[in-house]
Amino acid sequence: MEQYVTPILIVAGIGILAGAILTVASKFMAVKVNEAAVKVREALPGANCGACGFAGCDDYAASLVNDHTVKANLCTPGGSAVALEISRILGISFEAAEGKYAIVKCSGTFDKTNYIMDFRGIQSCSANKMFYRGRGACSRACLGFGDCVEACECGAIFMVNGVARIDKLKCVGCGVCVKRCPNHLIEIVPSELSTYVGCSSQDDGAKTHRICKAGCIACGKCEEACRFDAIHVKGNLAEIDPEKCKNCGMCAKVCPTGIIQSNRIKKSQLRRVNNFSRK
Amino acid sequence: MKEMPVILMNVILVDNFVLAKFLGICPFLGVSKKLDSAVGMSVAVIFVMLISTAVTYPIYMYLLVPHGLSYLQTIAFILVIAALVQLVEIILKEYVPVLHRSLGVYLPLITTNCSVLGVTLLNIDEGYTYSQSLVNAFGAGLGFMLALVLFSGVRQRIERNDIPAAFKGIPSTLIAASVVSVSFMGFSGVVDGIFK
Repeated sequence: MEQYVTPILIVAGIGILAGAILTVASKFMAVKVNEAAVKVREALPGANCGACGFAGCDDYAASLVNDHTVKANLCTPGGSAVALEISRILGISFEAAEGKYAIVKCSGTFDKTNYIMDFRGIQSCSANKMFYRGRGACSRACLGFGDCVEACECGAIFMVNGVARIDKLKCVGCGVCVKRCPNHLIEIVPSELSTYVGCSSQDDGAKTHRICKAGCIACGKCEEACRFDAIHVKGNLAEIDPEKCKNCGMCAKVCPTGIIQSNRIKKSQLRRVNNFSRK
Repeated sequence: MKEMPVILMNVILVDNFVLAKFLGICPFLGVSKKLDSAVGMSVAVIFVMLISTAVTYPIYMYLLVPHGLSYLQTIAFILVIAALVQLVEIILKEYVPVLHRSLGVYLPLITTNCSVLGVTLLNIDEGYTYSQSLVNAFGAGLGFMLALVLFSGVRQRIERNDIPAAFKGIPSTLIAASVVSVSFMGFSGVVDGIFK
């Protein structure tokens, strides 16, 4: 009889003891999870892109709950809908999220500039960049391997004629591509700004013109044309001040190389997209 | 004390748990895709192997053997290890949240991992003392880490290459694993030679 009872007692004893310890431990050491933080986390899109300035959605949700000075409208992929949801959960006043999107500051398509090498290494921009500053004639040119296309989770980037283009309607302004571009050609700008300079070359005008027909030659015509003091040539490159620019398009008309571009979207088009993303 | 380095080197290189004993193949194939997750997993395995050996050895020696119940070792060890890992997870969550965040994903995964159970059972089979068992467990964990880190490098090289569609993914990984395993056969006898 004993040979049956002892093993049963011992195994059952170990089991009961382990169970008891676990129960006690989970009771006394239960980490208090803030319910609001869980709700906020669920409201966020969960892309973990870092556009809000925090390390991922979990971190942003925790900061929102613990510190009420953190703004609820920092999530660009989620937009105003998420900002509204968060402010409702936390009971704070609602501010609309500022829409943002990405622009590519290079216009050097195949007909304007050339590659200076036939790169056979790992087919990615970052690998190519390490090899003699990349294959572009201009050291600040789009390398065309599409690291940004790969990085984009919204399918908003595509390659046209060797240069990355961004679909403003699909872009949520998360900035994942900005971190991936080894030449730092992509920038996040406010949605209201639809005029941008499609060049990043800081070489002097003569050199830029020699290697790329679509480069800023720093002639300064745009400066003269602008009536709002919004565009200035700094370091051989025209720059637009998003706060002053009224998107009138005068600079784009006078630019001799045609690199100041406009991607204005018709109101009706925009409204349709906004409605779509709210659903 | 002289046999400690022999045990350590033996279990890392010659009787490597993954590559020679084929224990813990599931995490070996599953978590070796990236180097940082491979290291995180291995650190968790070393940790769990050590504490489970530390706990199961006394249970075997002072609870099961006196009652003549050594045949119960497998089921008793599974029970103890599972409970122990859960307990460690709860404690880590409370006191060391940073460590919990980095190990946390892997801890539940290895609760009943065969390499963890294997090391505790093999310690008994080999007739090691308590301190020898702990060294053996630590070495087994280090060997696991070595295998995972090596193999994650191999896998990253494989993924960079253009391989036939039929071999993409698991088939090429398994072939590579067997090649790495064969290469570890070269270590047999090395330890005996060094510590003669």
